Amino acid sequence: MKFPFSTEVREADAPVRPGIHTRGLGKYGIALAFLLVCIVLSIITPRFLTLSNLTIVVTQVSINALLAFGVTFVIISGGIDLSIGSIVAVTGVVAATFAHPDDYPVVVPVTMGLLTGVLLGAFNGFVITRSKVPPFIVTLGTMTIGRGLALILSKGRPVSNLSDEFNFIGGGQVLGIPTPILILILMFVFCSVVLRKTVPGRYMYAVGGNEQAARASGIGLSRVKMMVYMLSGGLAALAGILLTSRITTGQPNAGVGFELDAIAAAIIGGTSTSGGTGSMTGTLIGALLIGVISNGLDLMNVTSYYQEVVMGIIIIGAVVLDSLNHKSN
Amino acid sequence: MKPESEYLLSVSDLSKSFAGVKALANVRLNVRRGEVHALMGENGAGKSTLMKMLIGLHAPDAGEIRFDGEALKTGDVKESLKRGIAMIHQEILAVPELTVAQNIFLGREDRGPFGWLNDRAGNRRAEELLKQLGTAIDVRTPMKYLSVAEMQMVEIAKAISNDARIIIMDEPTSALSDREVAALFRIIRELKQKGVAIIYISHKMDEIFEIADTITVLRDGKYVGTGTAGELDRRTLITMMVGREIDNLFPEAIHRKGREALSVRNLSREGKFADISFELYKGEVLGMAGLMGAGRTEIARVLCGLDQPTGGEIFVKGKKVYIRTPQDAIQNGIGYVSEDRKALGFIPGMSVRDNITLGSLKQHTKGPFLQSKSEDAVAARMMADLKIKASGPDQKVVTLSGGNQQKVVIGKVLLASPEIVILDEPTRGIDVGAKFEIYKLINQLASGGIAVIMISSELPEILGMSDRVLVLSEGRQTALLSREEATQETIMHFAMHA
Repeated sequence: MKFPFSTEVREADAPVRPGIHTRGLGKYGIALAFLLVCIVLSIITPRFLTLSNLTIVVTQVSINALLAFGVTFVIISGGIDLSIGSIVAVTGVVAATFAHPDDYPVVVPVTMGLLTGVLLGAFNGFVITRSKVPPFIVTLGTMTIGRGLALILSKGRPVSNLSDEFNFIGGGQVLGIPTPILILILMFVFCSVVLRKTVPGRYMYAVGGNEQAARASGIGLSRVKMMVYMLSGGLAALAGILLTSRITTGQPNAGVGFELDAIAAAIIGGTSTSGGTGSMTGTLIGALLIGVISNGLDLMNVTSYYQEVVMGIIIIGAVVLDSLNHKSN
Repeated sequence: MKPESEYLLSVSDLSKSFAGVKALANVRLNVRRGEVHALMGENGAGKSTLMKMLIGLHAPDAGEIRFDGEALKTGDVKESLKRGIAMIHQEILAVPELTVAQNIFLGREDRGPFGWLNDRAGNRRAEELLKQLGTAIDVRTPMKYLSVAEMQMVEIAKAISNDARIIIMDEPTSALSDREVAALFRIIRELKQKGVAIIYISHKMDEIFEIADTITVLRDGKYVGTGTAGELDRRTLITMMVGREIDNLFPEAIHRKGREALSVRNLSREGKFADISFELYKGEVLGMAGLMGAGRTEIARVLCGLDQPTGGEIFVKGKKVYIRTPQDAIQNGIGYVSEDRKALGFIPGMSVRDNITLGSLKQHTKGPFLQSKSEDAVAARMMADLKIKASGPDQKVVTLSGGNQQKVVIGKVLLASPEIVILDEPTRGIDVGAKFEIYKLINQLASGGIAVIMISSELPEILGMSDRVLVLSEGRQTALLSREEATQETIMHFAMHA
């Protein structure tokens, strides 16, 4: 068939790559806010801007950031995942069970933990795509199921006595850099590439931006949704393994409320809860901002009770600024 | 005492524009007490706009509405309701979880001591109202369990409880069975007896001649004429509705009919359309005409995999195919440009480029990675070919004009290399200049060997663009006209052929 339009590629016509479409405080707004907070903190507390303190901050942030990356995929595609906090606990317990010294090589607990997380994510995706039940409800159910599974598998007791190799994952250092920071960087690159440079990533934006138009364009909605929940489950598992290794115990009660911190990081970072917009860079800065503020408040000896209030105000403030920003556009 | 005016409702010189486009110009309408006044016209003739002004949803730019001899304060829903103008909407606007009685008195509930709700009093009053209408609906039933006919009765009861003196009915019989229509007509006649006037909007000729006393026809937002049902006949009405001059708005084109691209045999979807059969050839434009609700979009949705057929067969290039998903349709070379751009056409937050390449992304990958250079290049070519006016490929589609948004959607569909393109109301909401470009584009597609189905509610567009015209009426195929046979009158005749 003769096609009336030439589709041959002419490199010369190629325009500049677009920027990331973020909301929130805008692509630069959130980075600016982060810098501002850092500057203020380094003036108020001299201990803030030291290598050892910053290393601690990023190490602490890593778990929340991993969860936030996962939930960013989900929220961009128009869903939500409340089960990740519980997945941290189950996968931690599962990994710990296989991580006793001289039992199995360290790949086994890691693989088992990841597999458990991906499977729970697949369960979320399966129910959501097959049943039309809203993701909020489905993942709320999985959150409870996950917590129950963690308690069943551990008989309600912490799983301790883990191998040194396993404990290295969250507590070790490579070239003087703590392993959690390395894992964080690795996963940030991986997630950014998936979201920005692959077909499924583009489809996530499309499905979250206008599900029916995406469907009419020939995008398989179920496949995209399965994928985002599996990614979210997998990243939660990684966070669970990291946490278990760092505290050298599989805790069935770990991760309570982690999903809300992760969602907060994504939202502060400019991911719209209605789907279709967001970026991994924004989410990373969102998670760092939360970490830096809570570290700063610690250094200023503000009790954790007040910290909760401050964090809440920041979340609301970020979204309010965003909506004002949108009106003025 | 004020003198009784001849008309209950008198609309004169009413005009209204939306965003610079004239929707109504100097429209007249005079309705007597106790008469059924039918309002007729094609889709987009201005009937809905006129009704929306009567019930206060829009304020006119110019002109006057007099009700019962006094000027009506326009653009005020409460005022219209208070004066006694009520409308039974095509889509019933009720709260599904609330009971029949609660819906009837919504916003004006009976109150007991301390302002508590007194449901019992409401139920009693609702029962009385419905008994007057001769229906036996339990007023305690939640609205969602009612049939469309029953909901309509409830809406009428609500209008009466508001002391309505004129009730507007917009296509009231579109979802009713014959028996329900008879019941509705009985109630309309009773309302007439009580001096209530009815404005009756319908496309169904038989009904109009059965129930209407007077008929007013609108065309392209203008008043055409009024007459009694006795002095008008079908043919005169159709001529009044379509009798416009066709300007030379359409680009010259010679289409060469090629081999069969698509064939449809007895295609049906229960409740939407039945027994549709036609062939479509490469290089031709098949127009699909019909009134609102004739089933045109529903057929398109089945052909492009958005809905499932309940019967019949589809053949692409002579081979039987099963289209279960939009992916199946695209694989079979069928592309669909929806009438509802916003809902089904584009992703608003995405850039022009990302929207254009969305349906053909896999052509731009190396391994798992997207090649942005090849995407950029293809998007730039398409933007140039279709003359998409945007600040650049990064502009978000939502900020483009309607015509350019449409071109983005067409571009996306074309990049999937379709052999059959279905365009559903391709020029809806697009200004005249951009329309011409879309027409040229359609001709280009056809001369490039693509088989085109063009659904349109605008008769001139159908006549100006189509090689053949398939006419539908209420889910049935009533004619397949050649270019020579197709005129505004014949198409309208078959479109109203129930």
